Parts: sequence; structure tokens; C-alpha cells
Amino acid sequence: MRVSVQQYSSFQVTALVALRVLIGWHFFYEGIAKLTNPYWTSAGYLAESQWWFSGLFYSLATNSSVLGVVDFLNSWGLVLIGLGLMLGCLTRAATIGGVVLLALYYIAAPPFAGYTYAMPAEGSYLVVNKVLIELSAMVVLLAFPTGTLFGLDRLIFWKRTPEHQALKQAHA
Amino acid sequence: MSENNIKHGGESPDSEHWSRMSRRGLFKALFSIPIFGVFFYNYFKKKAADDVRREAVMSELRVSETGPAVIPEAISRPPSEHLRVGIIGFGGEGESLVRNAGFAHPDWVESATEAHREDRANKRLETYMNQEDLNISITAVCDVFDVRAERAMAASAVEVRPGGGGANPRAKRYRRYQDLLDSGDVDAVIIATPDHWHSRITIHAVNRGIHVYCEKCMTRTEQEAHDVRAAVKNSDVVFQLGHQNRQSESHIKAREIIEADILGPITLVEGTTNRNDPWGAWVWDIHEEGSPETIDWEQFQEPAPNKVPFSLERFFRWRCWYDYGTGLSGDLLSHEYDGVNQILKVGIPKSAVASGGIYYFKDGRDVPDVFQAVYEYPDRDLTVMYSATLANGAYRGLTFMGHDASMKVSGALSVTADRSSTRYEQKIDDGIIDTSRPMFTYRPGFKGIDAVTSATEQYFASRGLLFTYRGGRRVSAYHLLIKDWLDVIRDGGVPSCNIDVAFEEAITCHMATRAYLEGRRVEWDPVRRRIV
Repeated sequence: MRVSVQQYSSFQVTALVALRVLIGWHFFYEGIAKLTNPYWTSAGYLAESQWWFSGLFYSLATNSSVLGVVDFLNSWGLVLIGLGLMLGCLTRAATIGGVVLLALYYIAAPPFAGYTYAMPAEGSYLVVNKVLIELSAMVVLLAFPTGTLFGLDRLIFWKRTPEHQALKQAHA
Repeated sequence: MSENNIKHGGESPDSEHWSRMSRRGLFKALFSIPIFGVFFYNYFKKKAADDVRREAVMSELRVSETGPAVIPEAISRPPSEHLRVGIIGFGGEGESLVRNAGFAHPDWVESATEAHREDRANKRLETYMNQEDLNISITAVCDVFDVRAERAMAASAVEVRPGGGGANPRAKRYRRYQDLLDSGDVDAVIIATPDHWHSRITIHAVNRGIHVYCEKCMTRTEQEAHDVRAAVKNSDVVFQLGHQNRQSESHIKAREIIEADILGPITLVEGTTNRNDPWGAWVWDIHEEGSPETIDWEQFQEPAPNKVPFSLERFFRWRCWYDYGTGLSGDLLSHEYDGVNQILKVGIPKSAVASGGIYYFKDGRDVPDVFQAVYEYPDRDLTVMYSATLANGAYRGLTFMGHDASMKVSGALSVTADRSSTRYEQKIDDGIIDTSRPMFTYRPGFKGIDAVTSATEQYFASRGLLFTYRGGRRVSAYHLLIKDWLDVIRDGGVPSCNIDVAFEEAITCHMATRAYLEGRRVEWDPVRRRIV
């Protein structure tokens, strides 16, 4: 089932676009903060990994050249996804990228019963943490796209916009 | 915001070009531009505040943000002359030193390979193979236990070697150290015997013109320390004592921090050891093949003050008895003291008191398992304190306490301003310096000191969870210390843990040992150069 973007009410559009921009802002700043901090590395987070994939994440952290690539992809990934969501530019791809990245963060260090992490958390979490919630919010954005309503996707996917459809019908 | 108010100018609706878009439509496409304005306004505001804070801290401290000015391995010289090295004492430490010199026992290679196969993150083998080829061969071996002598010979001819040089000829075993040193087969010797042998072997080697790398503690007694110092000072041999902290980047950086006088007047330094397992308390494995037939017991106890019948415990767990070593003094206080001496250049203290007891490991040992020593340096207005227990694992680290700031030195290094600092008072009041977290941390292998980091990263740094690399490689400080010794043998210079600091180490440790054993405050007489 696909909900057509024309069917959103103003309130729905406002809420969805606001959610998209806020998540975009968060990604964008996370990326910028990492790029501009010469000391930042994902090594600590990866080395703390638990659960099924801990071996994989740990091996990423222990190989300095691989770690360099991981840090690069992560920082720039965050920046580009953030830009995509805020600008509404290639929104679908950016949203999918964001879901993938958050899924990696989640499975690297899931807050399951019995797992403890040295990194202090700012709240209390059991199975569900803010990473999982942000991930779910991005799945919502994927289900209810808004890039062609508010965003550069209007220009990129001009032919798919309601405005273009309406123009076409008016001339028909 | 519904899409029913569409303005169109009558152009062809089939045009795919979005220039046909309404003004309102264009606004919707570019709606987030002002949001970026808000973002970057806030971003630059935060960045400017961070930069001001960082620059204020850095200009105040006048210490470079980068790694230590002199990183030992940065002065890398190709190993020119081939050196023939002997090993005397191939227990745990001897085997580790020889491996870090490029000769692992084949069993070790196999177990490290297996460990890597099971767990790709296990880098023991990789670290070993990435060592620099030091252009040496192990030509001679001496150990009073047959099994260990055999192991040393096997290691000397190991096929899997850094640099892929291939196997060397098997080393020759000597039953007595004198024969090894007199053989003419060695240019340099690594001494990793129990402490009661150090001085005899060192002095004999020095008399033969053989360079010496000796494990800590340098000697078992004060007199031996004088004898070793005199012998080395009157010779051309290169003497290195085995304190690998001399090669640690965080220790070298800590010295720079002291030179920049960031801590203000330092009145107290606390070095600590906390261990909580039998191995850490020297309850080492007794080898199943150890027996009067395989161990030359009489030779082993030759320099010991008390001769006793053959004892496996005493042979394999020698650190538990004053006959062979000095317990916590020579084993672990020596490391902490040498770290303090490297960073503060304190030298020999004026006085020492010590206390402690055998409180947990009541297994027949005569050295304490809980031990504190307090040294006074009235000329420096400084107390250096050492505190150790072998029955608790809480990490306390090494802390330098100044009026203006405290410095903690471990794998990483952190400096935290003091709430009542005079020097930083203004900056603390202005909110530039936060006394609840380090002013900066330095993590070896990273890009430098860090005046502005998140709490999370500081947490990782303090836990030592971040890996240390040098030039993209994990390097062992043992390897660097051996390399430093060989470099000086070949090219001249002063080894980082030379005879002068080694002598200070030995005397300082012996002051604590004597204070403990004699139950009194002992002093160093700088004129007669004696502990009194």
C-alpha cells in the first residue's frame, strides 16, 4: 500500500517535514563534529562491541588502516545523510543510508539484558534505546516521504510532483 | 499546504524543465535554506567559544599539542653492524625480552598463530612480525634449568622472524655464565636472572667489554649497586636497565608537561601497584620437569645469603624471598620510582620510611604483599609515596599533585586544574578551565594533546580502551628499549635507562627495603654516598 503524497493534510506534512529536518540536523552535526575533531575515532565504540557481531566490530577497531576507512565513511556518511534530510535532496537514499548506519550502531552495542558498557549513557535503556527510536523514526520517513513536497527533490523529481501533475492535467 | 493552488503561466505542460515551477513551489524546494542559517549560526558560535577556550588553555600552558618532541623511534638508524647477543636467564622475562629482540620460541609462534586464527583481533603475532629486524643473533645461552636452556636454544634458531630473515644457527648452551662471557661468542648480553645474580654477571661482562642489558631491579643489595656502578663507569660498555617506561610516549610527554611547569609547585607524588591474582603475587607455575636433576640448585643459590636445601618453590617463585630479590621494592616500586625519576628527575631521596606486611599470601614467603614507602625530598619540597597491595585490583595509577593542577600518568596522560589553583584562578572563574574534567589529555599514538573533548572520549581515554599505535603499528616498549640499547652500542650516545639512573633506582629501592626490614627511617648520605 502506498500513500500518495497528495493525501497528506497540512498538519501531517508539517509534522513529517519537521521530523525529517530534526533528524537531518542531528546527523549533520554529528558528522561535522567528528570531521572537525582531530581526536575523534570510532575505535572506543567499536572495541566495546557486544553481541553476535562484536568480533567483526572489534576487528575493525584493531586494524588501524581499516579503522581510518571506517572513521572516514562514518563521518562523511553522517554529513551527507544529514544534508540529504535537511535539504530534502535524494531524501529516499539518505533515509535508507541513515537507517543502515543506525542499525550498525545498534547491533554494535545493543542494550540487551546482561550487557554493560564502559561508555556512560545519559538515560536508562533496555533493548530499546534512542538509536533504535531514531531508526524507527527514519523508517516512518521512508514510509511517508516528503522530499518532493518540501525539498530539493521537487526540482530533482519535478515530473513526479503534484504540482507538475496538476499542471499537466490543467493543460490536458 | 495542500496542492490545489497552482499557478501556471500557460507554457507547455509537457516541458520537463522545473523552471515552470511556481514561486511558491520553488520556496518549498528551498525551504531549508534558513534552517541552515540557524545551524551554522549556532555551529560557529559554539566553535568560536571552543576555540577561545582551547587557545586560552594552550597559550597559558605553553606546551605543544603534538606528541613528545623527541620520540625515541623517530631517530631510526638502520642497524649496521651485526651483533652477537647472549641471554642469561630464560624464565618468563628472559623469554619475553628475547622475543622482543626478534626471537620468539617456536611454541609461542604456534600459539600466537592459533590465537589469531581463533580470534582475528588477537594481534600478538602481528606485533611480533612487525618488529624492526635488529640485525642481531642469539649466539649463547645460559640457564641453570635444562628445560629453559633448551627453550632459549630453540628460540635462537626460530624460523618465523621479523623481517623474514630466516633461521639463525642454534645458540650454544653454557652451563656457567662465566664460560658464556669468556667464550668470545658474544658482543652483548641480556641478563634476566633473579636479582641476586645481576651484579656478579654484570661486573664480569663489563670486565670482558661486553655490553649489558640488565633487568630491574639492578641489584639485590646496596653494596652490589656501588660495585656495578663503579664497574660500568670505568668501562666503555653500554649499560641499559630494563625499565620500559623510558620508552613510553606518555612518560616522555609528562616530562614536557613538568618542564612547562603546568602543575605549579608539586608537593606530593603517589605511585601505586594494585594486583589481585596469585600470578601477580609471584605464585608462578612450577614446571613439571623441575627437579634436582634438571636444575643446578647449588649454582642458583650461589650468591644468595642463606643456603637452603633444594626447593621448587624457591626456584620458580624466587621473588617471594629476600634471598633472591627484594619483593615489591625491586619488582614494582622500582618501576614506579623510575617513572617518577624519568618525569621529575628527583634522584635519590634524603630519607625513606616503609611499612607493610604479609597479610594475604601466607604461603611461606618472607617479603611483604602489602607495602608502602614514603620518600622525602626536602630540597625539592616534595614527598614521593609508593603504595602497593597484591590482594586488591583497584587501579590507582601514578599521580603528580601540584598546587595548580594534578597529572595522572598511565597509558594515557591527563592534567586537571586544581579548584584552588592560584595560577588558573582567573580562567576557572571565567569558565575557560573546568576543574571537574581534565584540562587536556594526551593519548599516545593520537595526534596530540586534547583541550576540548567530549566526556565520552575522556572516559575511554581514562579506561585505556583506546588502542595505541606508533606510525600505524602497535609497538612493544620492551622492543624499543632493547633497540635503544643496540642503537647506542652501534652509534654511540646515552641509553635511556643508563647506569646513572639505574644506580638511583637501585639505591632508592634499597632504602625502602632497609627501612622496612630494619623498622626505621633510613637516610642517604650524599657525601659518603651511603645509606645510613
